[in-house]
Amino acid sequence: MKTTALLLGTALAALAAGAAQAQTSVKVGVMNDRSGLYADLSGEGSVIAARMAVEDFKAAEKGIKVEIVSADHQNKPDVGSTIARQWYDQDGVDAILDVPTSSVALAVNQITKEKNKIHINSGAASSDLTGKACSPNTIHWTYDTYALAQGTGGAMVKAGGDSWFFMTADYAFGHALERDTGAIVTKNGGKVVGAVRTPFPGTDFSSFLLQAQASKAKVIGLANAGGDTINSIKQAGEFGITSAGQKLAGLLVFITDVHALGLQTAQGLVLTEAFYWDNNDGTRAWSERFAKANGGKKPSMVQAGVYSGMLHYLKAIEATKGKDPTAVMAKMKEMPTDDPLFGKGSVRADGRKMHDMYLFEVKKPSESKAPWDYYKQVAVLKADDAFKPLSESECPLVKK
Amino acid sequence: MFELLGIPPQALFGQLLLGLINGSFYAILSLGLAVIFGLLNIINFTHGAQYMMGAFVAWMCLNYLGVNYWAALLLAPVIVGFTGVVIERLFLSRIAHLDHLYGLLLTFGLALIIQGLFRNQYGSSGLPYQIPDALRGGYNLGFMFLPTYRAWVVVASIAVCLATWFMIEKTKLGAYLRAATENATLTQAFGINVPLLVTLTYGFGVALAAFAGVLAAPIYSVNPNMGADLIIVVFAVVVIGGMGSIMGAIVTGFSLGLVEGLTKVFYPEASATVIFIIMVLVLLVKPAGLFGRAA
Amino acid sequence: MADVLPADGSVTHAAAERDTASLHRNVMIGIAIALVIAPFVAYPVFVMKVLCFALFALAFNLLLGYGGLLSFGHAAYFGMASYVCAYAAKHWGLNPEFAILAGTGVAAILGLVFGSLAIRRQGIYFAMITLALAQMVFFFSLQTPRFTGGEDGIQAVPRGKLFGMINLADDRTLYWVVALIFMAGLLAFYRIIHSPFGQVCKAIRDNEPRAISLGYRANQYKLAVFVLSAMLAGLAGSTKAIVFQLASLTDVHWSMSGEVVLMTLVGGLGTIFGPIVGALVIVSMQNFLATLGAWVTVIQGVIFVLCVLLFREGILGVIAKWIKKPL
Repeated sequence: MKTTALLLGTALAALAAGAAQAQTSVKVGVMNDRSGLYADLSGEGSVIAARMAVEDFKAAEKGIKVEIVSADHQNKPDVGSTIARQWYDQDGVDAILDVPTSSVALAVNQITKEKNKIHINSGAASSDLTGKACSPNTIHWTYDTYALAQGTGGAMVKAGGDSWFFMTADYAFGHALERDTGAIVTKNGGKVVGAVRTPFPGTDFSSFLLQAQASKAKVIGLANAGGDTINSIKQAGEFGITSAGQKLAGLLVFITDVHALGLQTAQGLVLTEAFYWDNNDGTRAWSERFAKANGGKKPSMVQAGVYSGMLHYLKAIEATKGKDPTAVMAKMKEMPTDDPLFGKGSVRADGRKMHDMYLFEVKKPSESKAPWDYYKQVAVLKADDAFKPLSESECPLVKK
Repeated sequence: MFELLGIPPQALFGQLLLGLINGSFYAILSLGLAVIFGLLNIINFTHGAQYMMGAFVAWMCLNYLGVNYWAALLLAPVIVGFTGVVIERLFLSRIAHLDHLYGLLLTFGLALIIQGLFRNQYGSSGLPYQIPDALRGGYNLGFMFLPTYRAWVVVASIAVCLATWFMIEKTKLGAYLRAATENATLTQAFGINVPLLVTLTYGFGVALAAFAGVLAAPIYSVNPNMGADLIIVVFAVVVIGGMGSIMGAIVTGFSLGLVEGLTKVFYPEASATVIFIIMVLVLLVKPAGLFGRAA
Repeated sequence: MADVLPADGSVTHAAAERDTASLHRNVMIGIAIALVIAPFVAYPVFVMKVLCFALFALAFNLLLGYGGLLSFGHAAYFGMASYVCAYAAKHWGLNPEFAILAGTGVAAILGLVFGSLAIRRQGIYFAMITLALAQMVFFFSLQTPRFTGGEDGIQAVPRGKLFGMINLADDRTLYWVVALIFMAGLLAFYRIIHSPFGQVCKAIRDNEPRAISLGYRANQYKLAVFVLSAMLAGLAGSTKAIVFQLASLTDVHWSMSGEVVLMTLVGGLGTIFGPIVGALVIVSMQNFLATLGAWVTVIQGVIFVLCVLLFREGILGVIAKWIKKPL
């Protein structure tokens, strides 16, 4: 009797010890712009989003210990690559999240592949991340230039905006945006009547806006981002471009940009995003919690993407009972994704996360009932229509 | 109608007019720099940050004090000018006897501090500031639509530039200033309070930058980085005009605005660099600048 | 050889010079020892970054401290060399030693062209010309994405095999190569400033009209110093491209020119080893404060201000004054 009790006790103790050892320790790095142009749409907010994911997943109860570190890449690829190297080599970081600014994202993508870690990119736009530069270690989560072009370009042409004039920021990203959107416009039966290259970065766009006005195109496509977009929109209002009947299409606009412009200036602007805090009850509830931790500011799609990506990563770790990068990546592509922010989706073989995209129009000041009530939804782009089909993919990982 | 190199004359006039408008910003900013360098021998790298402060103070006036644009035009330069006075008293007076280099490095450091602090506080996307109602809308001139606000900018800058030039070149106060630049000790021996004059002049130069900032707030994005890239261009303008010449800064500011405007029509990608090319050419041919005194 | 001791007991100039020379020799030995230990106590890539920037700062100081010329556009040589080296290694498949040589060579040529334009003017006008020329290099880099990759830069630069044999992919191996390059650069710098050529440069810096009246062609010496400085800066840039496997627009931006001025200022403007200390301080600060985000700019600004107001001699300048020997 006593022997049985002793044996039982030992067995239980052994089991308990085993369970305690089964704790996985994960270190995640949120790298983004904390001091420059994109600090508002990523920055500290992305770190908050990542923490919320750990809490909601109840990681501690599942035996997964998660540590989150963060750093500012200042939108410079050399700073970003130094941080990535140090994180992977010295600090034991297993995965890097966020990373807006395509040039930095491409650098981090490369280093992640070399060191066989994991990169879930939520902030960058370049569709090359799942195209020419695709990697078995990277998932491109929130949006890309192709989806933006499909949304704003395709939908606007269908809505009647069939002649386009581009104001393109004169750097690789601007050119890529112009090229992708121009292709979609022509494919949908529209015409690109002209384009002008604006020096990057710029402050005054009046002369380029004048040329856009003179072209009499129905849509003026702003192939730029950040401060350039804000200045072009502000000055377009001054010159009465929208009141004269031409529509402005922002090819890369975030809710934080609209907030900076104010509705008076931004009204009528058409843009594509992957997430809006006011879309449904699920997004509303989450965004309320987020705003409380983020000084009242509602989340951008980039920050929402960090939450969603982190959640999926943790689920994969739980499922594989470990953090081996190859196994976890395979699991992330195998399991469908599901969260209150993006709904149901999946991760493709080339690392592209699939979910619906939305075409929004900025409300008039009279239509807005509360702070951050900025968008009205114009159309929904189903995931398969939004992102580049695998058949056209340039990614070597994709078997055709 | 004839076409000049593929551009119809209407479009050309429109671009020239816009260039003139941009030129007015360059003129006021380089005027402030020229006043400070010409009269105080200080290379004020903080000028860009002070321009930004002018725009921010205008925004603060509106959002914290409910003060409108017109009052801000007077209030912001005074407030920012006062911070300039503080900077001069605390920092610049201590290194006045040293090489130009140290003044430049000090003001560069101050610019970094000011920009960093504003960025921490207000983010970098920018803050909304609307055109005042009285200046909304515009005139259809046939070859282009001229927003009223832009016309106001040209008028205000020309007025301020001429007033400053008049004050420095034609009044007694200006004479004291010019004397103090040439020979501070002698001027002081005549009983004129030279240190006070120096401090107030720096404050005035800074106030000019802030004035340009308020003018810019309704049309350019009000964000902490708005001065950083502009300052390099303004330096080029001052160097081309001649670093001590007031009239030189004004004329060069407007002219370069026109040149930039033309470049935007024919070769837009180069419009950001054409000023530097001109600067190198001018410095090689006329080292003291177009209107400057001997180097 | 007996020293001639003056009656009042003061040490002769020759003896003082010998003291200084032995001090410097000890400092160099100290640096060499530190370089040997460093990879075992710190992250090798971080140390390599410090070394590249220290070399860059040394190059800048050659022009400023010994040529008396303040250049605001040194990023042009650093960055263009970095691009050329990266391009040569990646697209032409050159071995790292040839890629680095290519980068350094291009920097020297650029230095020759820009220097001959800028030398014609003095003081602040010289500085502004160098700034304008550097801005044009930036514009060129932006406009030629086929060469420079635009704002993506040239990424995934292969580290390659040194002399076709030594694989540089390992951080430790690469570290020794970089440390050697740095020591070579430092020794070259030291040799230049203590050579007859260096003495003439110092004379020109202190009193140009006098030097000309003695028969020296000042402009030729100034141009030579300019080219040497550009070349060393190019060496630093090329090495950096191999270490980080990346060349980007940051390297040709005017803020990079500003950073090297800051490093030299913090370390000590007229000193020999000052820039090394300055580079160490600034790079470490940027590294460890990366988590503070926007505060880094503010802190850099505060350092600038404090250095100008209180520590004009820089860290090593203060120490040198204290031990009464040049450093």
